[in-house]
Amino acid sequence: MPLILSIALTHVGGRFRQSIVSVLGVMLGVGFSIAMAALMEGSQRDFVATLVDAIPHVEVSDDRRDPAPPPAAARFDAVNVIGARPDDDTRGLRNPVRIKAMLENWLPGGMAASLSGQAVLRYGGKDVAVALTGVDPAAHLRVSTIGEDMRAGAFMDLAADLNGLIIGDGVADKIGANVGDTLAVSTSSGAVRRLKVIGLFHTGVTQADDATGYTVLKTAQVLFSRPNAINRLSIRLKDVNSARAVAQRVERMTGYRATSWQEANESLMEVLMVRNIIMYTVVGAILLVAGFGIFTIVSTIVHEKARDIAILKSLGFDQADIRRIFLMEGLFIGIVGSVLGSVLGYGLSVFLGSLAFEVKTNVELTSLPIYYSAWHYAIACGFALFSAGIAGYLPARRAAQLNPVDIIRGAS
Amino acid sequence: MSLSAQTRPPAGAAAPPLIEARGLTRILPGLVPVTLVRDIDLTIGAGEFVAITGPSGSGKSSLLYLLGLLDAPTRGEVLINGHPTHLHSETRRARERLSTLGFVFQFHFLLPEFSVAENVMIPMRKLKRLGTRDMRARAVRMLGELGLEEHVDKLPIQLSGGQRQRVAVARALANDPPAILADEPTGSLDSKSSEQVFQILRKLVDDHGKTVIAVTHDLEMAARMDRRLHLVDGMLADP
Repeated sequence: MPLILSIALTHVGGRFRQSIVSVLGVMLGVGFSIAMAALMEGSQRDFVATLVDAIPHVEVSDDRRDPAPPPAAARFDAVNVIGARPDDDTRGLRNPVRIKAMLENWLPGGMAASLSGQAVLRYGGKDVAVALTGVDPAAHLRVSTIGEDMRAGAFMDLAADLNGLIIGDGVADKIGANVGDTLAVSTSSGAVRRLKVIGLFHTGVTQADDATGYTVLKTAQVLFSRPNAINRLSIRLKDVNSARAVAQRVERMTGYRATSWQEANESLMEVLMVRNIIMYTVVGAILLVAGFGIFTIVSTIVHEKARDIAILKSLGFDQADIRRIFLMEGLFIGIVGSVLGSVLGYGLSVFLGSLAFEVKTNVELTSLPIYYSAWHYAIACGFALFSAGIAGYLPARRAAQLNPVDIIRGAS
Repeated sequence: MSLSAQTRPPAGAAAPPLIEARGLTRILPGLVPVTLVRDIDLTIGAGEFVAITGPSGSGKSSLLYLLGLLDAPTRGEVLINGHPTHLHSETRRARERLSTLGFVFQFHFLLPEFSVAENVMIPMRKLKRLGTRDMRARAVRMLGELGLEEHVDKLPIQLSGGQRQRVAVARALANDPPAILADEPTGSLDSKSSEQVFQILRKLVDDHGKTVIAVTHDLEMAARMDRRLHLVDGMLADP
């Protein structure tokens, strides 16, 4: 074993109890950091995955980010146009066939057209407002996981039933309807149709389960009095993280607003980011406190071993050697604490992941979602070692600067 | 005896003095600066047994630490084997101490967590001139010659004061330095142990050609050495 290391280890061994306490400090810091990071990132990923599964990765809607000026403003050299009457063209994505053809060539995923609007479902004297979406069932299943969320019936049953309706189980509970019941569906256009509930779904996202319904596109077009129109193009990508870039490109090509799932949930993503900052601040604080423990033990050893430092210098050790000895002591405690802390962190993560319970929030949890990542271990151990290095270096520098003559005179 | 190799220069060779001081002055800075030693000029050759004497506070130990490169002079310089050292880096001065100078203090200053043999091996492990087995063999042999063969694997705390001081002498000799600098080496020992340590130092000079510079209060012991440097108020004076 190298001389410097063997001297460092005998110093740490000589202060066994205090060294153990310091190691425990680092171990607990690293362990809880890892477990907390696994839990936080697990819950974030679970939350985002559920959210992303429930909504299109990119949604093209029939409005524009920068509305074009009224035609009169372009025709006349006017500063402002007052009292321009809108044309009587109904809203919707114009020429959807051309748009779909334009995107199909390069889009890394699938897309499905739909027509959405507000509708009121009435059954047994109870009313509930829902977002009713008219879809092509086969195409919609390519861009949504709704098929996997069916609790009763199958989503593809819509294809065979123009008067079919699939609603969230929350909606069904609200109005007391079940599969096989016929509801009256009315929209703001004044149209009313009787549709039969042929399926129930449960996504786990409350706002979807409690206020959403699906029917076939043709039926929706009749209900909303917008024949042949669509107002949504839902896109599902192979890589969810490319949604922003794809949305920008789609918007450039079509002129319509294309919203990525990140943009649609921007405030939520910001909350998650703030949560991560808070988490890593707390983790950093824990490891910083552990660093103080190391600083204390190494400082104590430096104080106790001042005479040894003097004699080592008289034997031919230079300042760098002395500095290395005490730096190594801090790092040794940091390394042992990090290794044990990693084991503790893994154990805690496994334990937390095994706990089963029921919490009903916006997204349901039945067990704590744990995400295992080597990065959590690397960050926690890296910060612990950095903290241990600083905590060891400060007293080590002081030790290296000690004047051996002063110590020898003091000792004699 | 293999405490060290023969270090006397060959007859007729004009070797430079082993240690030389030129205008050596050490002043402790402060509100009231304290002069420890002033304008010391001296030359110490190979194989000399030199006593540094003087009243308490006269600068004996300070001079020894300056000659041993443990402390740096305020003015003047120390030459080792004819080479000036005042411009040496801290690392180079440490290297010089490791290979050329061995220290023995009034208190043994052995590392308490290491065995007797391991304490002796520390300078060897630092210099890395020998393999681990050879280091151990050399340490055991040296300790044997100092009458400590039964104690090589004991901890310093298990030895008497005299035995510990002999271990400190063995450690000072570990890298076979030409000069041993001893600061009151017998100051904390009883008369019997003091005599043992003195005889060891004497033998190093007589049989192995080592240079020994020892600070001592004991005038009788100083009289038995080859040469005496007497300090008064930090300056050399007639004994």
